[in-house]
Amino acid sequence: MMLSKGLKRKREEEEEEPEKEALAVDTWWLDPRLPAVAQAPPAVPSNSLLDLSVLKLHHSLRQSEPDLRHLVLLVNTLRRIQASVEPEATLPSVPSPPEAPGVAADSLLASSDAALSASMASLLEDLSHIEGLSQAPQPLVDEGPPGRPSGGAPPGLGALDLLGPATGCLLDDELEGLFEDIDTSMYDSELWAPASEGLKPGPEDGPGKEEGLELDEAQLDYLLDVLVGTQALERPPGPGR
Amino acid sequence: MELKKTRADIISTVEFNHTGELLATGDKGGRVVIFQREQESKNQVHRRGEYNVYSTFQSHEPEFDYLKSLEIEEKINKIRWLPQQNAAYFLLSTNDKTVKLWKVSERDKRPEGYNLKDEEGRLRDPATITTLRVPVLRPMDLMVEATPRRVFANAHTYHINSISVNSDYETYMSADDLRINLWNFEITNQSFNIVDIKPANMEELTEVITAAEFHPHHCNTFVYSSSKGTIRLCDMRASALCDRHTKFFEEPEDPSNRSFFSEIISSISDVKFSHSGRYIMTRDYLTVKVWDLNMENRPIETYQVHDYLRSKLCSLYENDCIFDKFECVWNGSDSVIMTGSYNNFFRMFDRNTKRDVTLEASRENSKPRAILKPRKVCVGGKRRKDEISVDSLDFSKKILHTAWHPSENIIAVAATNNLYIFQDKVN
Repeated sequence: MMLSKGLKRKREEEEEEPEKEALAVDTWWLDPRLPAVAQAPPAVPSNSLLDLSVLKLHHSLRQSEPDLRHLVLLVNTLRRIQASVEPEATLPSVPSPPEAPGVAADSLLASSDAALSASMASLLEDLSHIEGLSQAPQPLVDEGPPGRPSGGAPPGLGALDLLGPATGCLLDDELEGLFEDIDTSMYDSELWAPASEGLKPGPEDGPGKEEGLELDEAQLDYLLDVLVGTQALERPPGPGR
Repeated sequence: MELKKTRADIISTVEFNHTGELLATGDKGGRVVIFQREQESKNQVHRRGEYNVYSTFQSHEPEFDYLKSLEIEEKINKIRWLPQQNAAYFLLSTNDKTVKLWKVSERDKRPEGYNLKDEEGRLRDPATITTLRVPVLRPMDLMVEATPRRVFANAHTYHINSISVNSDYETYMSADDLRINLWNFEITNQSFNIVDIKPANMEELTEVITAAEFHPHHCNTFVYSSSKGTIRLCDMRASALCDRHTKFFEEPEDPSNRSFFSEIISSISDVKFSHSGRYIMTRDYLTVKVWDLNMENRPIETYQVHDYLRSKLCSLYENDCIFDKFECVWNGSDSVIMTGSYNNFFRMFDRNTKRDVTLEASRENSKPRAILKPRKVCVGGKRRKDEISVDSLDFSKKILHTAWHPSENIIAVAATNNLYIFQDKVN
């Protein structure tokens, strides 16, 4: 029976904020050449919104007992953002074998987004195990982040990637050290057999080669199918439910 | 309006009792503070009864769930009063996991003249007792004691967000993110699950319960709201498990207002029946809506609380303010509704005249007994002298919890750790 060490619940930071919290005007999407008044938020989110959302989800998952409402709203918003980035889902071919190490950074991001669904799903599955069981898996803490692409997204972003060791989405050595103090021994249990997930990062397609944070088309397709349910996740049956 | 104020820790709930004589607050530290209204004195007719501290007690303590390695927060999420049936007062208070029934009673007499004990309470040697006397009750200084009468525990896996006393006064419900349980006040070791929206596969979870309340008169009817902006009305007579609603209230999304944050801002943070029982009021991030129970497809009234925030949603998402949960309240006659906002502002909407007002609960701007001045937020262009611009609003000062006296124009407003009580000025 594995229990991770108790994590002190983090107080909601916005309530503790002693100094005044002023609101910045939304400008991240503004083109400085055009008058601000004339511009409306774009239909397609910038990568920073996606990054921010993933970061928030990550933060939420790190709470010892996540606020379920907050989590669900975040996840639904993330799905909406991802659906916007790739509105047309096509059925992917059979997912390719895992990437070899050293593959382009954007595929790591892509796999982290594909893993996002699995991570979120896993967490929600976790919460179902909370009921009446002596073994309560903690919410996902950092398994270890994949290498970050040169796009400069925060290192915490990729930390949701469960697939690291098993499928070759590998840990960036320098980032791994950030998470040394986290007890991940419980993730070695069979509950978490990520290799059986069937969620493997997709192949390198043309779009995947782009720099920055572009999502790989095939991986998005796969992700969307997972979300839509045409692709079943292969999971080991959990106890209790 | 006159202003009075009292200090407390960060207040997490405020509730008048059914007569308005008592006002209870719960705070993050698990304490409950009850204020009582002074009896109005004949000598000072113009001085309305003030609220003074009546009782303070520790309702919930922080707990550690060793099984799950989790801390259970002692913060009081909700307080609900029971109607008064004898000299004592009863209230329910709840944290994330456990509901408690508290009895608050006065003691102003004590027995004196025991036979077996002396005046200090020490036992007397029976051999020294030669006469018997009858103990008598003698007056003492008023003491208000709070005792926990029932503890309703171990019934909620997820965080309790609401409790509601049934009009039968025998049962009440407690709601968490995924389930609603029905309790009998006399029975603490079991409860009936009446709503369960937990999916078989948690990966499919997309919606949670955000608030629930019993109908004020029909003991079989209750409503619950969701994070997707919907309200379901259920009838307990229909089946034991009310997973199928009797009515489903949802407003179609306005396509012109659609954004990535549409769902978050549509999440309902509070639902309240009107006193008449004919309407429900819901609060989402930007609006308050009034619904007629007979019309499910849209609300009959929508009030903009702070629409100037609509263009700031991304920043509010970034600083998490977009997840703030504001409550809303009816006045006694259901003609005015009130809710909080940021910068210690709170808003009132008159349903009949359609007028609205923004007021501020702050010590800097008001002195005791001062008249509250309406505030205005300037959204762009030239800012007038008394207006405050949107970008100057303080988002750490949020009014999430307010209460309205059941019959008079007295309101209680919780601003972080300060409690403000406002009354109508008597001319």
